[in-house]
Amino acid sequence: MGKTLFEKLWDSHVIADLGGGVGLLLIDRILLHERTGGVALESLRDAGRDVLASRQTFVTMDHIVDTLPGRTDRTIMPTGTQFITATRRAANEAGLTLFDIGDPGQGIVHVISPEQAIVLPGATLVCPDSHTCTQGAMGALAWGIGSTEAEHALATATLRVRKPKTMRITVNGRLGIGVTPKDLALHILARFGSAGANGHIVEYAGEAVRALDIEGRLTLCNMATELSAFSGIIAADETTFDYLQGRAYAPTGADWDRALAAWRDLHSDDDATFDVDHVVDAAAVAPMVTWGTSPQHSVALDQPVPAFDAASGRDTREAHDRALAYMDLKPGQSLTGLPIDAAFIGSCTNARLSDLRRAAAILRGHRVAPHVKAICVPGSTSVKAQAEAEGLDRIFIDAGFEWREAGCSMCFFAGGESFGQRQRVVTSTNRNFESRQGPETRSHLASPETVAASAIAGILTDPRNRDAA
Amino acid sequence: MTVQPFDRLTATAMPLIRDNIDTDAIIPSREMTSVSKKGLAGGLFAGWRYTAIGGRDPDPAFVMNDPHYAHARILLAGRNFGCGSSREHAAWALAEYGFRAILAPSFNPIFRGNCIRNGIVPVELDAQIITQIAAANPVTVDLIAGTVSLPDGSAWPFALEAEAREMLVEGLDAIELTAKRSADIAAFRAADARQRPWIYL
Ligand code: SF4
Repeated sequence: MGKTLFEKLWDSHVIADLGGGVGLLLIDRILLHERTGGVALESLRDAGRDVLASRQTFVTMDHIVDTLPGRTDRTIMPTGTQFITATRRAANEAGLTLFDIGDPGQGIVHVISPEQAIVLPGATLVCPDSHTCTQGAMGALAWGIGSTEAEHALATATLRVRKPKTMRITVNGRLGIGVTPKDLALHILARFGSAGANGHIVEYAGEAVRALDIEGRLTLCNMATELSAFSGIIAADETTFDYLQGRAYAPTGADWDRALAAWRDLHSDDDATFDVDHVVDAAAVAPMVTWGTSPQHSVALDQPVPAFDAASGRDTREAHDRALAYMDLKPGQSLTGLPIDAAFIGSCTNARLSDLRRAAAILRGHRVAPHVKAICVPGSTSVKAQAEAEGLDRIFIDAGFEWREAGCSMCFFAGGESFGQRQRVVTSTNRNFESRQGPETRSHLASPETVAASAIAGILTDPRNRDAA
Repeated sequence: MTVQPFDRLTATAMPLIRDNIDTDAIIPSREMTSVSKKGLAGGLFAGWRYTAIGGRDPDPAFVMNDPHYAHARILLAGRNFGCGSSREHAAWALAEYGFRAILAPSFNPIFRGNCIRNGIVPVELDAQIITQIAAANPVTVDLIAGTVSLPDGSAWPFALEAEAREMLVEGLDAIELTAKRSADIAAFRAADARQRPWIYL
């Protein structure tokens, strides 16, 4: 019987079967950031242990570091400086590659890794960060871990891993015009729920997935963790190879040819079977927005806020009512036209060059509504530089957006900057949890296009109808 | 880090039965103020536990402030407990506060792993059973027998992979366990480096 892509990656990395479905897996790449990486490195050092594969370990500053122009080690987040300086010290002591503030390689960990070909097809990659699943889009087995597991990976270049079950989500057909990978990710969440892939690794497959460029695939895999999946993965193909060739850490010369030959076998065999198989019709996907406080609380923008549906088995009534109260919405209310206070384009979901280009195409020649606070934070210093070379920064600034340095910024609230209490934000990020973007902030997840169109109109707006708005 | 071994625990169980409680609700990011695994218990469920953000005045409406649950060491939760950010601070805060077992219909996988590595037993049980347990106290979690039981004699088995059970029961450090295989690991890496030299930078 054939093997799934996941099984091929698992089998090629198992050093020992530890019994009970747990394997000792070889780890090819470890990524760290200052939020959770510093504590792992310090704890490792305190235990008198070294980083085994230091050249395969990379560190960046993205979570705590400010994104205001002219930033330094000082942060708006109280005590934030300590995270930056402790991580820098520990990374330097361990001899790790560090993308520090001011380094052209700096940026959000899941943006810089594909950008520099740190993640490669067929590799295992871990990071103490739940959105590590993003990088599965490159045909890698990439997943988020805790800090103690990160210490284990650093010390031994292995992890003891409980083997997940396999799920395939096949997306047939093509996404409609103006419908984005983010909309597809939210559509999948609305359909399968926030625990819909618990215990599974999700392989995204099908015509619509194959048709996505790398950045779109990264957006799709980014939200696998919101399904509670072990991770997401997409088989590498010519699109992946074209993207990787020539990037900083990609193999070169004869190694490139050997790698390519190996990578071409890394796909699920035709006769492979999955524990769960789902099919999604791409043509049924429309621009989406969230109405509640979980990414599964998503609907098409032209749909009203849903009433509680016991049959869905998804939420309890209490959870549904709590989400509505938090968001100050009522069932049946229209989402299109809802006034917003702020607009945010950023994060490892949607702050790559193509995201900024598509948002800029909508913003060009327009101004954001006067009462809307609008911010754009490129996902990496390299994305920022490329965007500036194309003049995208001017479009954002002329439209009334703040143009920031790269980092996670207000994707999450760490005690520093926030959008403020009860402020309604339309955001290209991945989590709309209570207080995620600031105490009592109300977040509506959407594509960068929807964020841009809504910022101009001052109300939630379907980007396809913006001329009519 | 060594963790406290766990075999059998009888304790009050505190019900916080909501679905999708995320790690930011367990320990808000603003409460993680140092590069340390300690000093987090005060921030546990801070957003719900205190009357004001950043404050320390207990909100009497929140279950943790009910004197009846002052000594709770078992937590009853809803589906997909521990979703969201991978921050291990959620498990550290729960452990430091004194929780040694969490009973929920399902857990987020990263959070579940973090619990096992910090001496907290993640017990998966049907939502109806958890509702039933919430009405009775104290609760016994027996990791050797693999059961949860109530004083009236009702008991339910739960599953936990052998590796996790062993680590929890013995309070084992996973790194030390793995270090015993360091020769195998070195040999595997050496062979792999010939197959995939591009991985070994
Ligand atoms: S951008 Fe947001 S989701 Fe992504 S790594 Fe940073 S904080 Fe996490």
